[in-house]
Amino acid sequence: MLDFPLWKRLFLWGLTLVAVLAAVPSLVSLTGARWPAALPNQTVNLGLDLAGGSHILLEAEPAQVARQRLDTMEEAVRDGLRGAEPRIRHGDISTSGGRLSFMLEDPRQVDAARGLLEPLTNGAGLTGQRDWTIQVVDGTRFIMAPTQAGLQLAVTQAMDSATEVVRKRIDSLGTREPTIIRQGDERIVVQVPGLDDPQALKDLLGQTANLEFKLVDTSVLPADAARGVVPPGSELVPYSQDSAFPGTSIAVRRLGGIRGDSLTNAQQSFDPQTNEAVVNITFNSDGASRFARLTTENVNRQFAIILDGEVLSAPVINEPILGGTAVISGSFNVDSANALAISLRSGALPVDLAVVEERTVGPDLGADSIRSGILAMSIGSLLVVALMVSAYGRFGLYATGALVLNVLMILGIMAVMNTTLTLPGIAGFVLTIGAAVDANVLIYERIREERKRGRRVIAAVETGYKEASRAIYDANVTNFIAGVLLFLFGSGPVRGFAVVLIIGLFTSVFTGVTLTRMWVAGWLRRARPNDLTI
Amino acid sequence: MRLLKLVPENTNIKFLKWRVPFYVVSVLLIIASWALVLTQGLNYGVDFAGGQEVRVTFEDRSEAPIAELREQVGGLGFGEPVIQRFGDANSVSIRVPLPEGAEDQAGAAAAIGNSVIESIESRFDNVRRDANETVSGKVAGEFRTTALYALLAAMVAISIYIWVRFEWQFGVGALFALFHDVSLTMGMFALFQMEFSLQIIAAILAIIGYSLNDTIVIYDRIRENLKKYRRMPMPELLDLSVNETLARTVMTSLTLLVALIPLLLLGPASLFGLTAAITLGIFVGTYSSVYMGAPILIWLGVTSDSFVPTESAADRQDRKARGEA
Repeated sequence: MLDFPLWKRLFLWGLTLVAVLAAVPSLVSLTGARWPAALPNQTVNLGLDLAGGSHILLEAEPAQVARQRLDTMEEAVRDGLRGAEPRIRHGDISTSGGRLSFMLEDPRQVDAARGLLEPLTNGAGLTGQRDWTIQVVDGTRFIMAPTQAGLQLAVTQAMDSATEVVRKRIDSLGTREPTIIRQGDERIVVQVPGLDDPQALKDLLGQTANLEFKLVDTSVLPADAARGVVPPGSELVPYSQDSAFPGTSIAVRRLGGIRGDSLTNAQQSFDPQTNEAVVNITFNSDGASRFARLTTENVNRQFAIILDGEVLSAPVINEPILGGTAVISGSFNVDSANALAISLRSGALPVDLAVVEERTVGPDLGADSIRSGILAMSIGSLLVVALMVSAYGRFGLYATGALVLNVLMILGIMAVMNTTLTLPGIAGFVLTIGAAVDANVLIYERIREERKRGRRVIAAVETGYKEASRAIYDANVTNFIAGVLLFLFGSGPVRGFAVVLIIGLFTSVFTGVTLTRMWVAGWLRRARPNDLTI
Repeated sequence: MRLLKLVPENTNIKFLKWRVPFYVVSVLLIIASWALVLTQGLNYGVDFAGGQEVRVTFEDRSEAPIAELREQVGGLGFGEPVIQRFGDANSVSIRVPLPEGAEDQAGAAAAIGNSVIESIESRFDNVRRDANETVSGKVAGEFRTTALYALLAAMVAISIYIWVRFEWQFGVGALFALFHDVSLTMGMFALFQMEFSLQIIAAILAIIGYSLNDTIVIYDRIRENLKKYRRMPMPELLDLSVNETLARTVMTSLTLLVALIPLLLLGPASLFGLTAAITLGIFVGTYSSVYMGAPILIWLGVTSDSFVPTESAADRQDRKARGEA
């Protein structure tokens, strides 16, 4: 038990040295000094609650994806049936209940219609599953319903591209090292360290930037619009709060507009006449030709510029716009025009994202927390050391050595494993300092007891280590269970607490039991004491 | 050199003499804790209730204008804000709950947060935004569920481990001691209406770990003594085991306390709840190991025979063959 051959001693010291060396870059960077880049420089990451920054959890609404697919399908079906040769007449189109249903006027065209629609329902995947089912009831009524698999796939794709859009928008802010991760089916986690203005980030992420151009339905009387009565095929869209007519709505044609997803560029600039902030947009070739057609066919009519379901303005088309560029005005200031330009450049989010969790810490508070946390930790450690040395003398010094190495080793292992130190993690350190000496206390008290019972020095030390080990082992396993559950169920900063506790369990057994035993054994061999002051 | 001895040698305190009254009191305390939790309710922070917590420092004032803030934020129409000093005298935390019926609206909490901050900055100058936490109703609900699972899973998993390593009675005893610790900690949070957040769940799990540490040390000694003193009556044997480990119990609790108290007094304000809960838990956990975990072993019928290997059928045949009784 107390036999430590040279190879064993070298191995233990080597292991300790490696872990402690791994902690050095972190220690240097915590004190604010620079660490030479040429040397290995893996440091402990500081959590956002210490470094300052924003953690934002975004959640998508899958129902919205379903709604959009339904609209797209309706438009495709209308175009398909209208363009068929001979034309397939149909009516009574409805999209209620998440399904598209319509009636054919001529029952003999059912097979032709089915043949036309089937290609639209093919799944994008290779599984051969269809994205939509087609049912014909009562001879002429078609019912198209989305399949679960198809919907699932659409939501996944929407989230994939939403993540990409979020990444582009955050990159446009020029922040350093943002983390953007998909979480589950409907969520995206965004972590941005050291941000001056978290509000700007949230505004940017919250804007779907779904830009639409739709023709105004001028057949609707303002009085009817105010009562909410519009003909089928049209819909009421409210004016934005920043527009010229806040609080009112305007009727627009539901289909046949242009989506703003066919843009190649968007820039904030100023209107030369009014000096108002505006956004210049440039369509891609497809978008430009569609925009040209829309404006050519509808000269002298009004069209509405709609952003995220709100009308910004509804200008009259004076002449066809063929150059593929347009100007969006709508009572912007420079900041909001710039934000819209960024959002439009990075593309519209395929689905609305809501901020469902946010934790932001200012950089000053984080620095304060580190300072006071380290101060408290130092005082606590000194008190623990004083207590241990006055209670166990020489053995207390061994425990102190173990304690110092323990803290360094935890830091070193955290650096190598690239884990994050959070504010609760600092509490974890303090708790570990208090608890790590428990192993030493158990052993030393046992040695005291064994000496009292009259065992000789060597035997007492051996029995002390042997008998105490059982309880130390059991206690650490149970703490490990609690720590792992905390890690699994905990979120964010609380996980940082669990990480320190778990690593601390392993290192404290290593330093508190194994290393001190080696030191005690070495002393016993050299000094050959007849009595122990313990 | 004379060493510090916190506990005199060879103590013989009759801890278990008062086990029945102590047990009755403890069970009553557990019941009272749950009654408090159920009637008073826990003062959920934004993690569990959803809503918005903003922390700001008024840089050009020595004290935060709490009364004016209350009027200002209360006037926004989101319900009564909870405004407390946080750390320095010129720093406050402002907590605004989710309005009735907004639990299902994903963006509601974030929208409230924006208007609270804007409103404060429009009225006061030199406001430093220290921190901002927003949790929607749905996410808060998920946090509540996972926190509950984590606590239950930890208690059950640990008890099963003790059962495997010791005997089933010890597993029951440990579970009971843990239940006692968790109940009393939660009761204390209900009584003083301290903010109950995810950090407190972390604290409770840490308490579970360290209370168990104590319980295991005593159980380990009980097991050892059961093998050593085959004829000693259980109450006496438990007292002996508790007394033998008393020096260690006191010393470890003390080192934990001297490490934690500087953190409690000088540490960051946002760690106060966590540290306070763990500090409290050290007392509760130490008590429960002695008075909850140990006496239950008597009532569950642990005897020296529990750790003596039972005679196998082959042994019995052997014995009969040799003509022994």
